[in-house]
Amino acid sequence: MSSASIEEFRQEVRSWIEKTLPPELRVGNRKDLPRDSLRKWLKALAERAWIVPDWPVEYGGAGLDRKHAAIVKAELAAVRAPIVRGFGVSMLGPTLLEFGTDEQKQEFLPPIARNEMSWCQGYSEPGAGSDLASLQTRAVRDGDEYVITGQKIWTTSADTADWIFCLVRTDPDAPKHDGISFILFPMRQPGIEVSPLTLIDGSADFSQVFFDGARAQARHVIGPVNGGWTVAKRLLQHERSTDGGSEGGITGAMKETLVDVVKREVGLENGVLADPAIRQRLAAQELEARALGLTMRRALEEARAGQTARDIGSLGKYRWANMVKGEQDIAMLALGTQGLGWSGPGFEDTQLERTRAWLTTRADSIWGGTNEIQLNVIAKRVLRIPE
Amino acid sequence: MGLILTEDQLILRDMAKSFVDEKSPVERMRALRDSRDETGFSRELWKEMGELGWIGIPFPESVGGADMGYGELGIVLAECGRVLAPEPFLSTVLLGGNAVLLGGSEPLQKELLPDVCSGDRILCLAFQERGRFAPYAVETSATRDGDGFRIRGAKQFVLDGQAADQIVTLARTAGASGDRAGLSLFVVDADARGLSVEPAELLDGRKAARITFDDVAVDGARVLGGIDGGAEVLDAVFDRATIGLCAEMLGSFEEAFERTLEYLKTREQFGVKIGTFQALRHRAAHMFSELEFARSVVRDAQSAVDDGREDVAQCASAAKARCSEVANLIGGEAIQMHGGIGMTDEEEIGLFFKRLKAAELTLGDAIYHRNRFAGLRGY
Repeated sequence: MSSASIEEFRQEVRSWIEKTLPPELRVGNRKDLPRDSLRKWLKALAERAWIVPDWPVEYGGAGLDRKHAAIVKAELAAVRAPIVRGFGVSMLGPTLLEFGTDEQKQEFLPPIARNEMSWCQGYSEPGAGSDLASLQTRAVRDGDEYVITGQKIWTTSADTADWIFCLVRTDPDAPKHDGISFILFPMRQPGIEVSPLTLIDGSADFSQVFFDGARAQARHVIGPVNGGWTVAKRLLQHERSTDGGSEGGITGAMKETLVDVVKREVGLENGVLADPAIRQRLAAQELEARALGLTMRRALEEARAGQTARDIGSLGKYRWANMVKGEQDIAMLALGTQGLGWSGPGFEDTQLERTRAWLTTRADSIWGGTNEIQLNVIAKRVLRIPE
Repeated sequence: MGLILTEDQLILRDMAKSFVDEKSPVERMRALRDSRDETGFSRELWKEMGELGWIGIPFPESVGGADMGYGELGIVLAECGRVLAPEPFLSTVLLGGNAVLLGGSEPLQKELLPDVCSGDRILCLAFQERGRFAPYAVETSATRDGDGFRIRGAKQFVLDGQAADQIVTLARTAGASGDRAGLSLFVVDADARGLSVEPAELLDGRKAARITFDDVAVDGARVLGGIDGGAEVLDAVFDRATIGLCAEMLGSFEEAFERTLEYLKTREQFGVKIGTFQALRHRAAHMFSELEFARSVVRDAQSAVDDGREDVAQCASAAKARCSEVANLIGGEAIQMHGGIGMTDEEEIGLFFKRLKAAELTLGDAIYHRNRFAGLRGY
């Protein structure tokens, strides 16, 4: 591909975004975006197949190679365009592309690519957190179907999702990793009850999900029956690589940058932060974000050049979690008691936002594999220290 | 230049690796230290590195250099760091050589740099007057005397001052200690009258000198940068030297980490390999993540210089802030995880530990560089 045609493509993408994306949406993936305008934009994005530019055309993607797909993503990011980042696009889709049969891909990928089918993830259970493979939700074969009984927890968007991808035990007698299957079924059916969980930050995006005789089609098992653990781990890798790669994380969506918060709350004297200890912490925090971003970029360059096949996912998730939490820790130090408001007068929106973000981000070193699990994975798989 | 090595750079790395493995295993550094050799490094090996073109990597062809970049120089420095080779890259190339390259007149460059590139001339930079890195805290004075200057004062911790043919000297021509303005750099011959060089051994086996200037006369043509404007040159020299030092540190990190990892995989206590203990596994994994971070920021800093980017200063401080912390982490954990044996002089891991501490505190520690980074970022 010549650099001229690459440049031409970039111009094409840029001018399409310029004419399609209304200015009020150019603020990133915020929760308070105007609904109609957002719906119209995502529909336009879906029509160009740019929700998943690198998926094959037959499955609803734009069929772009990595270079061109990267241009689409970069141009969207450059103007902070809202994009679709759900479980379907970022986790299930790539997993289906790898493990799904052609029929399964035909059935599920196109609606995901068009943002018409939303998903939730049925992994954790009350008794299966870090030790995920000890999960107990049962699936019993009944003709062409499976009957599902059990309970999931920490299910994001369970109340709104159309479908669930779920880990279920199909062989209770096999060793724990060998009796698990990865199965898809619709959320709106009898035998499924969703009960929202309110978290320490006041949000209720997570739910507990109870299955009592819910039904799944046998043809919707992804990968071999009882071979779901491999599929499940691969999907987690997609989850981890999404985190490490999203340099800004929650940061990118905040109303005010950390530097601005600290400058305002702590104050400058002769252009230097008035508190030298906070100044050190802030610089260390910026250096952390910078090093993480560069490390993820380097891993990408290495993979492209075929230099290593190192798995950087766990490292990225571990350091990303610390980085994201560290940012809110510093914001809270800078805010002092102005960081303790919950509602009512006396607190600015930007201050309240930081308080909630500080609470929300405590979860980042827990979900998707705790920090301790990530360190286990690095020690075992990357450093190859015998257990 | 990206964040990964090119094909050519991979070839250079393999060459450098086999060269240092053959000519300079860690025992050589130990033997040099124990012999209390006056030079502190091997002049023969240095000249071999000159013949290979490695000393001349950052210098233009017009003065005998190879006209390559900090990516390439970093590869050679990392290999030196891996075997703790004490050859004078920092003093002669990164500090003294860079000062002449970035601040010297063309005749001065032509006079000094060809012999630097061949390995026949050793340079050093005499700047420090107290322990904590503070580049503008200079009291040594240079006062005008006819066409030239007279230098009075004393410098500490002049790396390889004991072996240098020329001493690039930072002196104050105006203002007060701490001012960035009013500094000037002079090239002083080691045999100048009034100069005394007292060598000292350092904890890492390397050598540095205390140098006193008792009315040392220097010609006005041997100024680097302008009179009173030396800080311009000095800042650029320190940025490049810092980036080079970080590359050397990276090599030492990798080796110290690999040796420690190997120890975790082989040492047995309580009937099991100590690497099976989660308390050690997690710390090893964390160290690895820091090592990867260090590698990324150092490579980014190298490309900042090689691509002529405007953020070289930020990148240099980002790299040294990180590498100074990692030096502490990997050095400290290397000793701790080796246990009692790590405390013995006989076990080589202690040599890495000491070199890493020296590198951490040379050219500014993490606190210094975070402060500088903050300043550059506008807070």
